[in-house]
Amino acid sequence: MKHLLSTDGLDPAQAVAVLDTADTLKRTLLGREVRKLPTLRGRTVVTMFYENSTRTRVSFEVAGKWMSADVINVSAGGSSVGKGESLRDTALTLSAAGADLVIVRHPASGAAHRLAGWLEGTGTGVVNAGDGMHEHPTQALLDAATLRERLGTIAGRRIAIVGDVLHSRVARSNVHLLTALGAEVVLVAPPTLLPTGVESWPVAVSHELDAELPALDAVMMLRVQAERMHGGFFPSAREYSIAYGLNERRLSLLPEHAVVLHPGPMLRGMEISAFVADSPRAAITEQVRNGVHVRMAVLYHLLAGEEEAA
Amino acid sequence: MMLIKGVRLYGEGDPVDILVRDGVIAEIGPWLDAASTQELTDVEVIDADGQVALPGFVDLHTHLREPGREDTETIATGSAAAALGGYTAVFAMANTDPVADNAVIVEHVWRRGREVGLVDVHPVGAVTVGLKGEKLAELGTMARSQAGVRVFSDDGHCVADPLIMRRALEYTKALDGVIAQHAEEPRLTEGAQAHEGERAARLGLAGWPAAAEESIVARDCLLAKQTGARLHVCHVSTAGTVDVLRWAKERGTKVSAEVTPHHLLLTDERLATYDPVNKVNPPLRTESDVQVLREALAEGVVDCVATDHAPHAPQDKDCEWSAARPGMLGLQTALSIVVETLVRPGLLDWRGVARVMSEKPAEIAGLPDQGRPLMVGEPATLTLVDPHARWTVRGADLASVAGNTPFEGMELPGVVRTTMLRGRVTVSEGKVQP
Repeated sequence: MKHLLSTDGLDPAQAVAVLDTADTLKRTLLGREVRKLPTLRGRTVVTMFYENSTRTRVSFEVAGKWMSADVINVSAGGSSVGKGESLRDTALTLSAAGADLVIVRHPASGAAHRLAGWLEGTGTGVVNAGDGMHEHPTQALLDAATLRERLGTIAGRRIAIVGDVLHSRVARSNVHLLTALGAEVVLVAPPTLLPTGVESWPVAVSHELDAELPALDAVMMLRVQAERMHGGFFPSAREYSIAYGLNERRLSLLPEHAVVLHPGPMLRGMEISAFVADSPRAAITEQVRNGVHVRMAVLYHLLAGEEEAA
Repeated sequence: MMLIKGVRLYGEGDPVDILVRDGVIAEIGPWLDAASTQELTDVEVIDADGQVALPGFVDLHTHLREPGREDTETIATGSAAAALGGYTAVFAMANTDPVADNAVIVEHVWRRGREVGLVDVHPVGAVTVGLKGEKLAELGTMARSQAGVRVFSDDGHCVADPLIMRRALEYTKALDGVIAQHAEEPRLTEGAQAHEGERAARLGLAGWPAAAEESIVARDCLLAKQTGARLHVCHVSTAGTVDVLRWAKERGTKVSAEVTPHHLLLTDERLATYDPVNKVNPPLRTESDVQVLREALAEGVVDCVATDHAPHAPQDKDCEWSAARPGMLGLQTALSIVVETLVRPGLLDWRGVARVMSEKPAEIAGLPDQGRPLMVGEPATLTLVDPHARWTVRGADLASVAGNTPFEGMELPGVVRTTMLRGRVTVSEGKVQP
């Protein structure tokens, strides 16, 4: 593995290997006072974020640092990016300056794929940390890690993804990964927030959250972005919340063992009530915690995995 | 004088010779040199053995980028590309900088075209001031200028306001003109990046729905019928638009339509690489749209091929998809794509190629001396095609300033050997004759 651009087409065995590594790393670091492994010493990782992000950037940075990589953060505002430099030139510059791995978040779908193309032959790898409405593969991997931890297995589990699937890179990455790992996925959303051609995806589709809840092993709530609320995708925040929000009543419709996930940031009171978010059924802080281990595992497989194999 | 030897007119019948004198086809017949050896001194002979003679092609939809973006194309380079593609007339779209929405700009373009002299360059006038869709441009003044503008278009933008469109259609009746509409309901395509379908959805590219084109075409057909005016639909891209056109024509609407070579060949399968050389507006559609468009062109529901030749600078293409500008080169690949997609599958013969590449567009634009039959007494404005030769597209070798093309590396059939504009050889053996 040289790049991690999407979960679409990702070999399930490869995904499981990453999850297993994340498990190992988590166990290794458990209870340690100094959480630092020497594995990636001397390797340079650059995070390049063209969109505001706290959790993902910090998660990657911590992951890199715990692996002893040198992590450099570039944000679109404080660099030559702000002067209008093209994505291509920025990437080639970072590669020439010695980056072993570029972690990119960009508002354009496909930006990470383009980067990987431009960097071909340079030896610099690319991790997609979210590209437009396309994919966010490490989010899907950390969701899978959390589900595996809570449920034991993913194969055969029924998992609902609820909300703005249309604009969600988290949803796309999760659909590919969860179905590849053998889960049944059901997308629950109003028709205006479902992608064209979703019928051809390997998922079930529903507009009725209540009807789906009793059969679920997990429910993944997607954030409703503010700009959608004003874009006419649904009549009002109130109506959305009534139809698709996860509240205490709905929580009681879920089986006892079922897990609630949210990629964050949450809009409490909108797609998820405070009661649900803070309940022990929710695995939201575990997702964040697992995010670090999964990203450590990704860095390991991209930067050290090959050497080990050779 | 010039003697073209051994061509088949429209690819039909036995090979003949064509004698060109004073820019006009003077004689057509077998063995002209043998028959009239005595007279034929000082004759330039063009050996066109096995080639097909067609009337020179007419492109209703070209972006020559001058004035404003001479870093991507100029009237000189675009004219060269056109001649190499077998064209003898092109219509230069109005979305230049400044916009061709007044007599000064259209006369400038027209004059530069004449100076270059490789093809007849006819400026298209903007329908509305600054292509903003708010206020009619001075259509009459452009029509009465030296440029004699007859085709008006806000191409790149849709004349979306139904009242402005109605007035534009009505007003051009007095000018014997036609409104060429870029059919795209802007509210339905806000932020759109690619054909709205399964592929774009999977790739996270905001959709450009077929209905955004079809609804405008339907509306404009109704307006054209209501006003009795002439409407031309630019770059038809969906099967649904073909249905609307068929219906409108059946009820006597004065509507014509064009399809681009890229919409006859490429599909949204190309999105998978996120390479913006494939980004174009309207977007590449599905395999079934492509099939319907080919059949509609063969049948005549779609009247002609127009290139929508739209050169872009490398930095506007070698970037992320959403930052890229839509459009692709077309002039030098158009014929080969028509051969590949229609002639070879048997949907169109060479007579049909003459119809869709030359006769129909000339008729739509009202050009009296283009798209003429290959007959004695007609202008020697023609294209000689080697139907058996194949060539490989190399963007860097094309005559345009911009070199990026989605057809890069494709091997295509049909090579233009000679182009002649009123007896002047503009292309000989695939080389421009300046």
